[in-house]
Amino acid sequence: MFYHALEIDEGNCIGCSRCMKVCPTEAIRITGGKASIDDDRCIDCGKCHSSCPVDAIYIKQDDFKLVHEFPHSVALIPSVFLGQFPDDIRVSRIYAVLKDLGFRHVFEVESAASIYAEAKNRYAMEHEDDMPLISSFCPAIVRLIQIKYPSLVGNIMPIKAPLDLSALYALKKLTDQGIPREEVGIFYVTPCAAKIAAVKAPVGEKRSIIDGVINMDALFNITNGERRICMAKRSYAIDGIENVIDFLDLLENDEVEGVEFLELRACDQSCAGALLSCENRFLCGERMYARARKAAERERNGEMPRDREMDSCRDYLLENASVEAVQPRSMLVLDSNRERAFQKLEKINKLKMYLPGIDCGMCGAPTCEAFATDVVCKQVGLTRCAFYQKHLERLNDITRQECLAANAAVWGTDPIGDTQPPETR
Amino acid sequence: MHQEYTVIEGDFVNAGTASSSVKKTLKQLGVSPQVVKRVVVALYEAEVNAIAHAYGGKVLVDIDADKIHMVVADKGPGIPDIALAMQEGYSTARPEVRDMGFGAGMGLPNMQKNVDRLNVTSEVGVGTTVDMEVDFI
Repeated sequence: MFYHALEIDEGNCIGCSRCMKVCPTEAIRITGGKASIDDDRCIDCGKCHSSCPVDAIYIKQDDFKLVHEFPHSVALIPSVFLGQFPDDIRVSRIYAVLKDLGFRHVFEVESAASIYAEAKNRYAMEHEDDMPLISSFCPAIVRLIQIKYPSLVGNIMPIKAPLDLSALYALKKLTDQGIPREEVGIFYVTPCAAKIAAVKAPVGEKRSIIDGVINMDALFNITNGERRICMAKRSYAIDGIENVIDFLDLLENDEVEGVEFLELRACDQSCAGALLSCENRFLCGERMYARARKAAERERNGEMPRDREMDSCRDYLLENASVEAVQPRSMLVLDSNRERAFQKLEKINKLKMYLPGIDCGMCGAPTCEAFATDVVCKQVGLTRCAFYQKHLERLNDITRQECLAANAAVWGTDPIGDTQPPETR
Repeated sequence: MHQEYTVIEGDFVNAGTASSSVKKTLKQLGVSPQVVKRVVVALYEAEVNAIAHAYGGKVLVDIDADKIHMVVADKGPGIPDIALAMQEGYSTARPEVRDMGFGAGMGLPNMQKNVDRLNVTSEVGVGTTVDMEVDFI
């Protein structure tokens, strides 16, 4: 089982199947009138969260009280967080509020941007044969490739995301000051579900990073942000999970040639369009750019000194920027035994001929094909298909009780309740 | 497991239909990504050839637990000198086909490179049959 942050609140879920229809990895099924998420297939892209009409899909997060348990609590904030606030609210004000909330220190994720860029460029120079290299920035994309495009995992750059690098920086900076690790906790203010479990590491410090300079010029969480500063001759920035899937399909077939770098993001407008972003994604993106421009200008004018401490940590961070190669974990394999997988596939293909192929979702699965796979691999009853059920009724091969039981298995005992049928004539 | 696809002359938009479908099947069977890639590249090249050079044809695919057998048979002008056609860079593609990014003369060499067994038979004025087999490791 794989950890994912999106959960369904069964008390609120009305089993409407909207989430099931939008899930790009077909991870959702309706059973007993409630949606459920397959842990192995979910990539935490948040499509289901956005489609839910009753807010029944929530994101598991840490209890805020945890922040107070660390004498040196650190808030790691991405620039997209600052982009949530109107221009007339100054950054210092936002920092002050974070401190009032209980964070002793505030670090910006983008502080590690230049290290990230350098680590990537170094890697790219040594791995020209693995082109196109794919950014490891968006965790939803990394997982999408793991489960759906196993042949492309080798293209993902095994470099820590800016988030992890900035956490490492905070950790290094604080422990160098002699503060015991257990006194400190790093908390990431996340814009999305996919990043939720990313940071929780012990740190501590005496002096706030706010006094230092944060290089906000590199905005990796805005579309084109990463591509803009990469050294590749030909590169693409693609946002929106459907667009990414379209492109990866081509890439996997070797139909795309000569591309050196890919910035792929699950959300439309990248992190500005992340599901926990409260502001409109275009307005948020515009503000982030404006803030970055201002910061760059102030740095040029000498109004903000460079962060010398970041420079002193540079070699340490670069040495520790790598992660292990990403491994595939294909969700498509029907059985680990080839012979059995083959038999299952033949059964699925045979079953598909009995199904209408209209992907109505009445069976509680997103497509006829997904349903046929569930029937073969998860022993779900074929009578859940409304069309097959009618077919059996015509043949007098099914009782009314059996029909009701099959429907209840998907939609619950009585989705309409005690409401009297309306007068239609 | 048998699958059949029809290829229509000049229908570049649908080039890759057979290879995409085969790709999915092989993934479901848990065939290694490297082998899947070889199969897809070879079949795609053969599909494109039938679309670009012939008047359409058929793709016949047979998948066993340990190998895949693919036949792409077209009705078309045929290949007078197969040995020449197997050379990298040799192409008889029309300018309009080249303008679409095809016809670099890498089709047959690419198939050769990616499959375990390749057999090309052709009769001038009748058509060409490409017979390919890839073993699953």
